[in-house]
Amino acid sequence: MRGRMMASGAEGNPRGPKLEDGSQVAVIGGGPAGSFFSYFLLTMAQRIGVDVQVDIYEPRDFSRPGPGSCNMCGGVISESLVQALAVEGIKLPPTVVQRGLDSYFLHMDVGSVRIETPLQEKRIGAIHRGAGPRGLQETRWGSFDGYLLDLAIAKGARRWPQRVEEITWTDGRPHVKPQGGTSQPCDLLVAAVGVNSAALKLFTGLNLGYQPPQTTKTYICEFFLGQEVVNRYLGSAMHVFLLNIPRLEFAALIPKGEYATFCLLGQEIDKPLVQSLLDSPELKRCLPPNWHVPDDFCHCSPKISIHSAVHPLADRVVFVGDCGTSRLYKDGIGAAYKTAKAAAKTALFAGVSAEDFRQHFWPTCRKLRADNRIGELVFAITRQIQKRTFARRGLWRMVSKEQQLQGGQRRMSTVLWDTFTGSAPYREVFLRALHPSFLSRFFWEILRGSLPLHKTGAQARLP
Amino acid sequence: MTTEALGKIYHDGDVIVRQGEMGDCMFVIQEGVAEVLQRKEDKEYCLALLSEGDCFGEMALFEKEVRSATVRARGEVRVLTVDKKTFLRRVHEDPSLAFSVLQKMSHRIRDLNAALNKALGRRSSLR
Ligand SMILES: Cc1cc2nc3c(=O)[nH]c(=O)nc-3n(C[C@H](O)[C@H](O)[C@H](O)COP(=O)(O)OP(=O)(O)OC[C@H]3O[C@@H](n4cnc5c(N)ncnc54)[C@H](O)[C@@H]3O)c2cc1C
Repeated sequence: MRGRMMASGAEGNPRGPKLEDGSQVAVIGGGPAGSFFSYFLLTMAQRIGVDVQVDIYEPRDFSRPGPGSCNMCGGVISESLVQALAVEGIKLPPTVVQRGLDSYFLHMDVGSVRIETPLQEKRIGAIHRGAGPRGLQETRWGSFDGYLLDLAIAKGARRWPQRVEEITWTDGRPHVKPQGGTSQPCDLLVAAVGVNSAALKLFTGLNLGYQPPQTTKTYICEFFLGQEVVNRYLGSAMHVFLLNIPRLEFAALIPKGEYATFCLLGQEIDKPLVQSLLDSPELKRCLPPNWHVPDDFCHCSPKISIHSAVHPLADRVVFVGDCGTSRLYKDGIGAAYKTAKAAAKTALFAGVSAEDFRQHFWPTCRKLRADNRIGELVFAITRQIQKRTFARRGLWRMVSKEQQLQGGQRRMSTVLWDTFTGSAPYREVFLRALHPSFLSRFFWEILRGSLPLHKTGAQARLP
Repeated sequence: MTTEALGKIYHDGDVIVRQGEMGDCMFVIQEGVAEVLQRKEDKEYCLALLSEGDCFGEMALFEKEVRSATVRARGEVRVLTVDKKTFLRRVHEDPSLAFSVLQKMSHRIRDLNAALNKALGRRSSLR
């Protein structure tokens, strides 16, 4: 007979509930956060010989193209996440990663400049979250979310293709009722519903003290260009637009296999703002000369989290990914990986009480939150540069010179790379920008760029 | 091998790391095969063949020593680099990240033990 195994370590709350053989874990949402949580919980449980049952509820069919099966995002897998997953033994195959990126173009009214990684290696992944945009004829690449969900299923998770429509509390345990099904008890409820779901209301009614994150509306669209045009005009570079347009934080054009994803982030992005960007010469400059905005294309306006949730934990409940804590504007999938793994480790090795989550899961969220506050400052400074031509020109001059020099310190390039690719914590970006050599060089270039002789900046050549 | 995939492609015979050089990163093979070679006097010995999912150069993450062996592409191989700084920062935040690397190092010790036993067995049977 098999002995009853308990997963708790000495560090957990001794009287609190634990996961043990036969425990039921319900994961609501099979986006990156839900799949990462399930994958890591099951991997670690197998290592220590605990047999838990994980049920993932996810209504989206990630094998079908179109918005109904897509978790709407720019589709950039950050350099730091690509590396972390490689170390974890999670491979991102070319059947999912449509394009590896090794550089980016910064476009401003004063000029464009290409910023390359020192290693010249493709360490940023461009993916589609679903099977591809609406109208796609042939699916050559698989969905990123579908791939992660399959990894969790291969570890032993069960997948239910229903939406959860009710959560109740009976006998000290959460109960989950999927659409058309009966209410099921569980020992741990993992909320991974993102911020674009009405399901957030299910939790606010439970008196857990939970308040969903504050969000703002963004805009994403997909342009079909064909693989040859993408290769020729965009190549392996992401294109970032730093333009003086009110309410726009930044825009990015991300090359995929046959499509390019255009993504706008800022405050309440609306139609006129989108139109002004689509008409901008900076965007047109990176696309073929005869290109015009098509009459019909796949587009969406998802919400993005700008302030984390309040109280993303309770007894037997934990919120992972966007619906709990994310990263400001960047690397949301990387943040989902971090919070999901921290929650899985806590549940397995400490316990599932609110106290356990507070002690072992909350520090990961707190760190992300503290970094987001510095991120707000970084974006506020970027906004000031964006608004002032002399500052934009100084920035452009500094990066252009760094990119022309072989070797040497590339201070501005690194700061911009980490800010726009989400490769490093905002704290690190900020500290690097405070370096006296960085500041003196930047002010010097602003000064030089403001002299009448130096005002005209040659355009960097596009690929 | 598609040039659009993540990492960097090395062609047959390309040296990825060279014995005796300093290193500050490790590598994870994404696709293809690489050989681990060690030079003793003027002879080169093949210690192992590495394939998809295998990592190498991880000793540089833990010690400040020169590379102990050369790793060379056998046919086309696609490799992803993991920086020491990124790795150590992540391990500091989440020590369990080192588990897979430890597991691979432990496999390697087991393989080396088996190879050593085999060599010792061969020597004693020759006596
Ligand atoms: C414009 C924009 C661009 C972005 N670009 C990037 C980028 O380039 N790189 C990056 O890393 N991040 C990016 N992000 C952030 C990224 O999209 C999120 O951080 C990430 O999707 C969070 O994953 P998640 O699993 O928490 O939530 P989601 O991806 O939103 O997944 C939630 C899942 O829960 C399911 N669900 C919802 N309600 C229920 C229910 N009642 N029952 C069952 N299932 C339910 C949904 O179907 C969905 O699959 C971007 C976001 C926006 C808005």
